[in-house]
Amino acid sequence: MPPSFKWDSLKRWETLLAVVLAVVVIFNISQSSVFLRVDNLVNLFMLHIEKIIVVLIMTLIIINGEIDLSVASVMGLGACVVANLYERGVSMEAAILVGLGVGALCGIINGFWVAYVRLPSLAVTLAGLIAYHGIAEMLVEDRSIGNFPDWFNQLGQKALIGPLPLSLVIFFILFIIFAAVLHFSAFGRYVFVIGNNREAARYSGVRVRQVKMMLYIMSGVIASLAGILFAARLGAVRASTAEGFELDIITVVLLGGVSIFGGKGTLAGVGLSIMLVLCLRNGMNLLSITGNTQSTVIGVLLIFSVLIPNLTQDFQGFWNRRRMIAK
Amino acid sequence: MYRIRHYIRPEQIREFSLIFIIMLAVLFFGTQIDGYYSARTFNRIAASVAIITVLAAGQTLVILTRNIDLSIGSIVGFASYFAGQQLSANQDMHPLIAVGIAIGFGALLGSVNGLLVVYGRVPSIIVTLGTLAIYRGVLVDYAQAKTITTDMMPTWLVDLPRVNLFTVGEIEIRVMVGVAVLVVIAFQLCLTYLLLGRRLYAIGSNPDAARVAGLPARRIVLLAYILCGALAGLGGFMFLVRFGTITVSAGVGLELSAVAAAVVGGVNIFGGAGTMFGALFGAVVIGTLEQSLLRMPNVSEFVRDALLGLFILLAVASDAVILQQLRSLWARWAREARETPAAHSEKESGHAS
Repeated sequence: MPPSFKWDSLKRWETLLAVVLAVVVIFNISQSSVFLRVDNLVNLFMLHIEKIIVVLIMTLIIINGEIDLSVASVMGLGACVVANLYERGVSMEAAILVGLGVGALCGIINGFWVAYVRLPSLAVTLAGLIAYHGIAEMLVEDRSIGNFPDWFNQLGQKALIGPLPLSLVIFFILFIIFAAVLHFSAFGRYVFVIGNNREAARYSGVRVRQVKMMLYIMSGVIASLAGILFAARLGAVRASTAEGFELDIITVVLLGGVSIFGGKGTLAGVGLSIMLVLCLRNGMNLLSITGNTQSTVIGVLLIFSVLIPNLTQDFQGFWNRRRMIAK
Repeated sequence: MYRIRHYIRPEQIREFSLIFIIMLAVLFFGTQIDGYYSARTFNRIAASVAIITVLAAGQTLVILTRNIDLSIGSIVGFASYFAGQQLSANQDMHPLIAVGIAIGFGALLGSVNGLLVVYGRVPSIIVTLGTLAIYRGVLVDYAQAKTITTDMMPTWLVDLPRVNLFTVGEIEIRVMVGVAVLVVIAFQLCLTYLLLGRRLYAIGSNPDAARVAGLPARRIVLLAYILCGALAGLGGFMFLVRFGTITVSAGVGLELSAVAAAVVGGVNIFGGAGTMFGALFGAVVIGTLEQSLLRMPNVSEFVRDALLGLFILLAVASDAVILQQLRSLWARWAREARETPAAHSEKESGHAS
């Protein structure tokens, strides 16, 4: 290939995602005239808004070379703490603050074991997944707590700025903040450097433990916030709130081109992958494909997102060898 | 003291500590629950541990090679549903063929995981997260919202959970428990004495070195996945036997229990270290805690998961902290033995006489 030929820019993951996204959007438009209407687009986001808020922080954690499987349990725990306190007569505002504090505490616990004791994050957050869910069960047992104040329920449902509800506003603000932090700040560079090579980063004077701790605390707080927003949208809290969300969240991050081994990924790619998954689900809804088949399709997409680049690489290697032999 | 290190490795001390923990837990629950020391308690715990043990054994094979299989919950569900469906269609099918169908089906799904990991070079966590969703989704479509129920099953299968291999006093060793123990012993022997077993450890402790040494790493990892799938299939059949009723959500979440059992049992999540007996003890610890907490009078059933998570965390932490200490102690003993060979041989000869 002559060097002037710009194949590399086409081969970038984000480009591929954008092309696939365009195909899906065109398909959706052809299937339904209401697809591009603002309320449908808002609705598109709102159906999975809590997950995609957590996707943002999960992106940073995976780029950092770690993983947080406990986010869904922290979401549930945050919502359950708020519900439990409110039921006991604590004011809603104070309950929300405590809920966020509990989220931060979960993050500190995860971060302590991962950053300072250097345990594998997969094992630590797997234990967290079970334990935080257990605490949520202790607080709410097998009941469902509802009857929140009106302003709280409206927080999750009513449009705040123009057609945008609060959680969507929070998502966009967080997206901009995280994009700025990850790609244009020293902290963001540290996240990448540690993800590439933890030891090299440590010898270069990067405060590895603080960075990891910060990420896990942020993850706890944001997951708890997302859980509380989920409670506001549903109007009721159960112990099983948000159960199983961690797999969807990690899927979206990895589909966005973030390497599971850390050190590689962009928030733009993750943004595209969020759009792709949302539009794909919406398109499948238009075709009346059920939730289970939708998960199958997302699962296939996840595996293919890594498999296809690998196979093309193999094929290119094979082709190049063939040409060499022919010469 | 020097002599200890010739016979026992730090990892073995860690496994013995699990037996100690199990004994402590049993003593503790004995003081809290009336009639805890009964054959019924044993049977109940054993029945729930049996399935997890088989799954944890498969998971251990994969984790040893520095991979993970998060899809086994879905494999268990699919294999049990498929086997149940075949059994209800052919009532006079030979029991061994039915077990074979479940194991073969599991192995098939496992080989899909393995092929993608090995030849597709896709990280195992991505592959098995994907197939976790895919197998479950395909099962739901395949089942068409039908449920396998006990009255569709042949009578031998319905009676199987109550068949005893032998009884010691009132303690009944059921067939399922026997199968689980057999699996653990067979695979432990493979790991210790077969070339395949040693190669699993070699690949897990250093994949690059294993490749440079000329080990067929790809085929071995693929085989680990196929065996893990086959054991998940066997676990699926045991699931069918134990519960009789199989819905499309059968086995959801079992992958986490299996990983937890392996990790509590001292199997290193980064590969290369761990034993089948460790996984068995891990499953027994978790099963004992789960089933006993369920019957504690003053503890609500909802505390169970919180304690379980705490326990897993402590197990992993003890791996990192205590095992490190033990290893350095062993290393120091080895060093001292090298530096004072005379004193050491004297001690040894003294001991021998």
